[in-house]
Amino acid sequence: MAYQAKLRVWRGDATSGELQDFEVEANEGEVVLDLIHRLQATQTPDLAVRWNCKAGKCGSCSAEVNGRPKLLCMTRMSTFDEDEVITVTPMRTFPVIRDLVTDVSYNYEKAREIPSFTPPEGLEPGEYRMQQVDVERSQEFRKCIECFLCQDTCHVIRDHEENKESFAGPRFLMRVAELEMHPLDDADRVEAVQSAHGLGFCNITKCCTEVCPEGIHITDNALIPMKERVADRRYDPIVWLGNKIFKRNGA
Amino acid sequence: MASPAGTSPADNPTPSRASIAPRTLRTDRWWLQPLLTTLGLATFVVYATVRSFMRTDYWAAEHHYLTPFYSPCLSDSCVAGSSHFGTPIGELPAFIPLAFLSLPFLLGFRLTCYYYRKAYYRSIWMAPPACAVGEPHERYTGETRLPLILQNVHRYFFYVALVITLINTYDAILAFGGENGFGIGLGNVILLLNVVLLWCYTLSCHSCRHVTGGRLKHFSRNPVRYRIWTQVSKLNTRHMEFAWLTLGTLVLTDLYVWLVSSGAIADLRFIN
Repeated sequence: MAYQAKLRVWRGDATSGELQDFEVEANEGEVVLDLIHRLQATQTPDLAVRWNCKAGKCGSCSAEVNGRPKLLCMTRMSTFDEDEVITVTPMRTFPVIRDLVTDVSYNYEKAREIPSFTPPEGLEPGEYRMQQVDVERSQEFRKCIECFLCQDTCHVIRDHEENKESFAGPRFLMRVAELEMHPLDDADRVEAVQSAHGLGFCNITKCCTEVCPEGIHITDNALIPMKERVADRRYDPIVWLGNKIFKRNGA
Repeated sequence: MASPAGTSPADNPTPSRASIAPRTLRTDRWWLQPLLTTLGLATFVVYATVRSFMRTDYWAAEHHYLTPFYSPCLSDSCVAGSSHFGTPIGELPAFIPLAFLSLPFLLGFRLTCYYYRKAYYRSIWMAPPACAVGEPHERYTGETRLPLILQNVHRYFFYVALVITLINTYDAILAFGGENGFGIGLGNVILLLNVVLLWCYTLSCHSCRHVTGGRLKHFSRNPVRYRIWTQVSKLNTRHMEFAWLTLGTLVLTDLYVWLVSSGAIADLRFIN
């Protein structure tokens, strides 16, 4: 059954903006992005919204619905009451360009700061066979669609703009973990994850995990294991002594 | 169209971000979880503190039930029979709990536990109180400096917690032999349940997951450790549940021993 849904959408740019109220037709089976498109088609042709696949796989339509970081295309209208006001705002952590579109270049800058995959020197293609068990952990992190909702919700940068310089955010700490756990990666990433990428800022409150539309266990499987590896290196004299005695460098 | 929450750039601390004044636009009861967490943790802390200093009714002599809050009891101040490892320590002044050797480590284990950190950072320190809800602090440095950098010692507390859980297990086994020989009562069931859940909590710890196999880069070269890591990982997904369940069973166990020991109730016996 169609009904008139109450939408409250943030409209503006970097200089100013406000929440504006609209009534938009909603039909059975629709998602919030459908209503934003209908709003664009019928009332506000200049409303800016970034979107692409409408299938939860491109990570373009990230925004905040009723204050919670969500993909607009994966937020079903059936999860709201018909008389409920649905507030749609751009991601708070990033500079706004216009309406629901934000400038996420911070994330690309942080991505560039991470040294790329580093296989052992002299290893030719085909010379190494990886076991499935060795790459399983890294594979979970490859599900990331780079919607940056985890970055948006992380209070380290959401509430403290000044931390952006020294904190890479959960998405890129997870990227470091992906490479660190890869059996063929030879680079030493443990020191850098703490000193250069700011792992110490993370207080493992798990908001990144809560908002991940891919269901990646960012905190438990990437951030905490990296914290433990840092503890091995920096804060555990027994591990340090064992590494010295047995001349081991990872296993 | 109306503009119910319009703001000017002056209201916005970071002008290039969208100017949205409220600290959150969440409409759900986001404050409920931190509130319940605070109440739950406070209840346990108050109960455990009071009981640890009471020094009475911690040993049910007839059935050999010893509450975990007084284990191991190693001083001359302990009541007869409750010292399963002798009394190498003399009398203790009243301001020192009888289990002073284990309680600080158990407290440290839970304080530095990755789950509890999440719980109290959110609910007590409010950094953040809930996801996408603005925190009240002007600056935030996380666990990069003292004192919070000390959270990295969690693994040492884990090692000690393993030993203490072994001691609790020993206490629970000894409780099957009361003054009348072998027997099973409701107290045994409670002590055993508590110990099983303590093992689940301790072994599901993230540091345990790391030291058993998580630190490896090549699981295929270490099949035994991989298998152990797999099992610990399964437990680890329920670490939060075990964290709360063990708080409950610790209180339940202590309360039961307290009631039986003080004579307020009689132990429900199944065998002997």
